[in-house]
Amino acid sequence: MATKTELVAASPPAGVVTSRAAKPRPRISLSFSWLWPYLFLLPFLIVFVAFFVAPFAYTVIQSFYAEKHFGGLGLTPPKVVWVGFDNYKQALSNPDLWDGFKRVILFGLIQIPIMMGLALVFALLMDSAVTRFRRFFRLSAFIPYAVPGVVAAILWGFFYTPTISPIAQIFRSLNLNPPDFLGASTVLASIGNISTWEFMGYNMLIFFAAMQAIPQELYESARIDGLTEVGIARYIKVPMISPALRLGLLFSLIGTLQLFNEPEVLKGLTGAITPTFTPNIYAYNIGIIQNNYYLGGAIAAIMGVITFVFSFAFMRLTQRAS
Amino acid sequence: MATMPLDIEEAVPEQPEQSNGERRQVLIGYKAWAAKNIIGLVFLVTTTVYLLTPLYWLFIASTKDNTDLFASNGLWFAHFNLFQNLSELFTHQDGIYGRWLLNTILYAVVGGAIGTLISVLGGYALAKYRFPGKGLIVGLVLGGALVPPTTLAIPIYLLESKYGFANTYWAVLLPAFLSPFGVFLSRIYATASVPDDLIAAARVDGASEFRIFWSVAMPILMPGMITIFLFQFVAIWNNFFLPLIVLSDPTLYPVNLGLATWNFDPASHELLYNLIVTGSFLAVLPVVLLFLFLQRYWRAGLTFGSVTG
Repeated sequence: MATKTELVAASPPAGVVTSRAAKPRPRISLSFSWLWPYLFLLPFLIVFVAFFVAPFAYTVIQSFYAEKHFGGLGLTPPKVVWVGFDNYKQALSNPDLWDGFKRVILFGLIQIPIMMGLALVFALLMDSAVTRFRRFFRLSAFIPYAVPGVVAAILWGFFYTPTISPIAQIFRSLNLNPPDFLGASTVLASIGNISTWEFMGYNMLIFFAAMQAIPQELYESARIDGLTEVGIARYIKVPMISPALRLGLLFSLIGTLQLFNEPEVLKGLTGAITPTFTPNIYAYNIGIIQNNYYLGGAIAAIMGVITFVFSFAFMRLTQRAS
Repeated sequence: MATMPLDIEEAVPEQPEQSNGERRQVLIGYKAWAAKNIIGLVFLVTTTVYLLTPLYWLFIASTKDNTDLFASNGLWFAHFNLFQNLSELFTHQDGIYGRWLLNTILYAVVGGAIGTLISVLGGYALAKYRFPGKGLIVGLVLGGALVPPTTLAIPIYLLESKYGFANTYWAVLLPAFLSPFGVFLSRIYATASVPDDLIAAARVDGASEFRIFWSVAMPILMPGMITIFLFQFVAIWNNFFLPLIVLSDPTLYPVNLGLATWNFDPASHELLYNLIVTGSFLAVLPVVLLFLFLQRYWRAGLTFGSVTG
């Protein structure tokens, strides 16, 4: 019935006058109008529940269960039983998980400032000093972001493999020993290089876009006040783009805690990347490779909580600072 | 070097009448500025070389056979073997690489298009209507945009295997429809670009709310939709963790995952170097081209993200 009225109502193309004259129809559309925003949002909400809320909820529930063998010899099929917080106790008491967290935090403490510093200097230079070839610089900085993380890791893997690496070739042509990029003490830095290569340009463009939005009058009055270009960068540009800086830092922080692709790809080249190298690799090995959904679910839940706590703390801290 | 005098000339008219002393000071300023400019230029050029060299190497390497990959200068051409590499790439293991490429296109195009439409519908509703529960949904969208997809991958796999569609096309395609960041962006676009008066006028003309969205708002939102599609497309094209976890049948793999499995395999690894290199080059190309040709759209996305973030 309702659709029929609508169809009839929509059919006269020049029906402005008639629609005003006919009173009942607007009342019908009014009485249904509250439904529209929900209808528009319905597809999003369905996907959100199906692939966000439900997976998390299911994982948390699973993390309270475990497969147990009854009947001594393990000949009977295992049964899934409620074990309370046992999986969490097991995961949290395992030093491997904490070593993984320490490793990614160390990684972030070094890699994020280097990448952000490079991105910021690059953006500042493009914004003021070097305005020539700006298009070229901007484009070439962004291209690595278009390269899939896995391909980036494969690609740099070639640069790290002594037999094929052009860097090693250069070292050898100078009669020097090529550096070992994949040793236990260097592999983390080599991964940091891949992350920096991938995401520096992306952050740079976000900073640059934010700088371009700063009103020019601010610079003029600053110059009248005798501020140098460096002073303008320090006292106007950086504070003005602090929301973009904050956002970039937050995404980098989250990305670092989730570190997976690059070490997972490089692990084929070196023994230095263990199955517990980062928390995500650990969760993958337990949950997927060893098929222990229950313990894997607990680790995934712990990681979710830790990531959330870090992001939240970061937001709070930087909010107070700015 | 040659460009600097031009830059100085460009800058001079901004300073009109000046005394001698002032002029000298300005000149010193320019010298310092020029010196800084050179340092700056050196920084930019060095960084750009760092960013582009691996891709340059990838292109050069994709034209080499397995012998030249090891024996020849990595940064210059040897025997031009690109076409043999390509034909080998598309015939190896019954041409599975072509299958991977098609899979990736399917995941990225269909997932990106439907994901964009879902996001724009939602973002439009959040921008243009007032309704109970709106604040909650906005909060969900923002929270969702902050949760990295990697956190969701294992939970999604657990749920998909419970309902029996892990290791199918749907396992990768359906989660790609979710893009809280897309909703966030389209809400900003709709607020900024679709005038309330226009919607009111369409209502007076008797258009249904859906018709208003479809024929009035959507055409205005089209550039924003392309931006959202682009970001979603790249996110799906580059996704690795989810397909790695949910897929076990190699014929369903996206190109990323396929290349990684060739790369993982220690036995075949070195024999496949030329295929991995050529395959990587080919996998990068479409996304790079997409960015080159649709520059203004992704720039729009970055600007909005940075100004409002």
